[in-house]
Amino acid sequence: MATAISVEHVTKSFRLYNERNQSLKAMVLARARARYEEFHAVDDVSFEIPAGTTFGLVGENGSGKSTLLKCIARILRPERGTIRTEGKVSALLELGAGFHPELSGRDNTYLNGSILGLSRKQIDARFDQIVDFAGLEKFIDTPVKNYSSGMYVRLGFSIAINVDPDILLVDEVLAVGDEQFQRKCSEKFLELRESGKTVVVVSHALGSLRNLCDDVALLEHGKLRAVGPAVEVIDTYLDDVHEDREIDSEGGVRWGSSEGRIDNVELIDQSGRPTTSFCTGDPITIRLHYRMREPLDRPVFGIAIETLEGVVVSGPNTRQTGAVPDQLDGAGSVDLVIARCLLVPGTYDITASLFDYSCTHAYDYRRRAFRFDVERGDPAEEYGVIALDGRWAGDVVAAPL
Amino acid sequence: MTTFAEVVGARDLTWNLTLRELRSRYKQSALGWTWSLLNPLSTVIIYSMVFSFFLRIEPPVGKPSGLDNFAVFLLCGLLPWNFLQASLNGSMGALIGNSNLIKKVYFPREVLVISAVASLVITFLIELVVLAVILLVVGNMVLPWLPMVLVIVVIQTVFCLGAGLMLSVLNVYFRDVQHLMSIVMNALFYAAPIVYPIRFVPDEATILGITLPLGTLYRLNPIVQFIEAYRNAMYNLRFPPLGSILYLLAWSLTLFAVGWAVFRRLEGRVAEEV
Repeated sequence: MATAISVEHVTKSFRLYNERNQSLKAMVLARARARYEEFHAVDDVSFEIPAGTTFGLVGENGSGKSTLLKCIARILRPERGTIRTEGKVSALLELGAGFHPELSGRDNTYLNGSILGLSRKQIDARFDQIVDFAGLEKFIDTPVKNYSSGMYVRLGFSIAINVDPDILLVDEVLAVGDEQFQRKCSEKFLELRESGKTVVVVSHALGSLRNLCDDVALLEHGKLRAVGPAVEVIDTYLDDVHEDREIDSEGGVRWGSSEGRIDNVELIDQSGRPTTSFCTGDPITIRLHYRMREPLDRPVFGIAIETLEGVVVSGPNTRQTGAVPDQLDGAGSVDLVIARCLLVPGTYDITASLFDYSCTHAYDYRRRAFRFDVERGDPAEEYGVIALDGRWAGDVVAAPL
Repeated sequence: MTTFAEVVGARDLTWNLTLRELRSRYKQSALGWTWSLLNPLSTVIIYSMVFSFFLRIEPPVGKPSGLDNFAVFLLCGLLPWNFLQASLNGSMGALIGNSNLIKKVYFPREVLVISAVASLVITFLIELVVLAVILLVVGNMVLPWLPMVLVIVVIQTVFCLGAGLMLSVLNVYFRDVQHLMSIVMNALFYAAPIVYPIRFVPDEATILGITLPLGTLYRLNPIVQFIEAYRNAMYNLRFPPLGSILYLLAWSLTLFAVGWAVFRRLEGRVAEEV
């Protein structure tokens, strides 16, 4: 497969000035520019991105992923190494960059379009499409200073997405606008993907990256830690960001501060016995056995059910449904009772968690703590991950109710 | 590395940025573009009061035009000066003022300086049209000389671009370039025959016991030559000496080459430093 972007031994360092020196006098006195320390934001990174794939750059804050993206976009120039790109590159680092508040949406569309590399003719040809996609027909001749922030961002996104690049670089700007617009954005991304464009995404939204990306590069302190299929690399990352992790006996990963622990995860069938498999449509209970070392105020229990490919099917927690007790101490259990579990046949993992009420501090997090199988039942479906329990009607053989 | 072809390829962008400058300059002001004319006119009134009325500086009589009018004499030098000063100031703010753009989008950075200067060329041309009308009113048949004026404008634009490219990028690394320049510009204003005729400058001057050929040194200043060229074409209605035009051309091309080279050399880390 052709290579869209090749990154070879790229190093980018920033100068950290001990004392910022921006005066000629100081320069003359010191006979040199200010002292500074070199900080390697990106350190000898190499990888290749095949054309037509969606590629993710992940890493913690300060890992250099955004710097690397800016190097690919040519905004920053690396000290060493080369980056080769094949085709027209467009970077979505900020929506509406260069918008002038006093100018109308129309003028700004031409301005922003040309900043992104479109000629006047190209903008003429796409103008209606851009305005239509942003949903701003009525406001296109209004100065953008009178736009709401949503309108502003929508116009910016609409222009950027209509640049029609061969390579699109995106930095965490996906989460913009209202729900309807977000859906339009996701559709547009899928469209780009299907039309064979290369997309590079930097994001913290790992869940969406997992579904969106073919491959992912994991950066850590500027160095390349791993590059490979998205699900594998992202799972490594998720497990790594928590330092107090431990590997439990079944090979799952666990972290948390341990004031309270989830000792065991059980699946209970309709006769009340623990099980590891059931049929689509069966009633099922997921039971979490906990043990607190000290009284915990308002602890939040959570469960995530995932496919082996990493698609999260469901992730209920006790806070969402207002089921949080004031305080828990000692040992006990929490049940999630599912009257009809409509997972289609397959193998699934349960991740169990115990958080504080803010859901930011983990007491215990057990990733993929329990694995179970679903067998064919009623409804007898097998595609996708979940059955919606629909019934066929009309000119078909009606199912007996 | 930016190539020349890339800058040429970004001409739509240059034009749009120029339009942005022009459109936004007088937005929200009731008089709008009239301000770009009121500004030099008010300066002319003030300077005419001070230099012509109080200090009694006599404007030279235009040869062969026979024109004798201090305000017009002043305008012929003041408008080119304003263009020079505004384009240097505009260039120094071009990168810093657009830091948001530089940090977020790639495009040839030269474009920012070029469009800043371009928007000022357009303003300058409009002012020159008004000046031409004034000249016609006071009886100077300037129309056949306008192509000559245009040639000088082109040379001066190259001059401003060269200086602008250099100053814009230096100002990113050392912010006191702009403060230094405001002093330098103040000195240069009086070191050029804008508010006084060039005949006031003595050929020789003795400073600290050393006799200097002041007149010659004074004329080496390209700004002096620019002002004189404009005055010749518009006030005196005669061709500037060919040597002077060639001298200015050499200055402008050299400055442009140097400015371009400096810009290219230093633009690499602009996105970090701006």
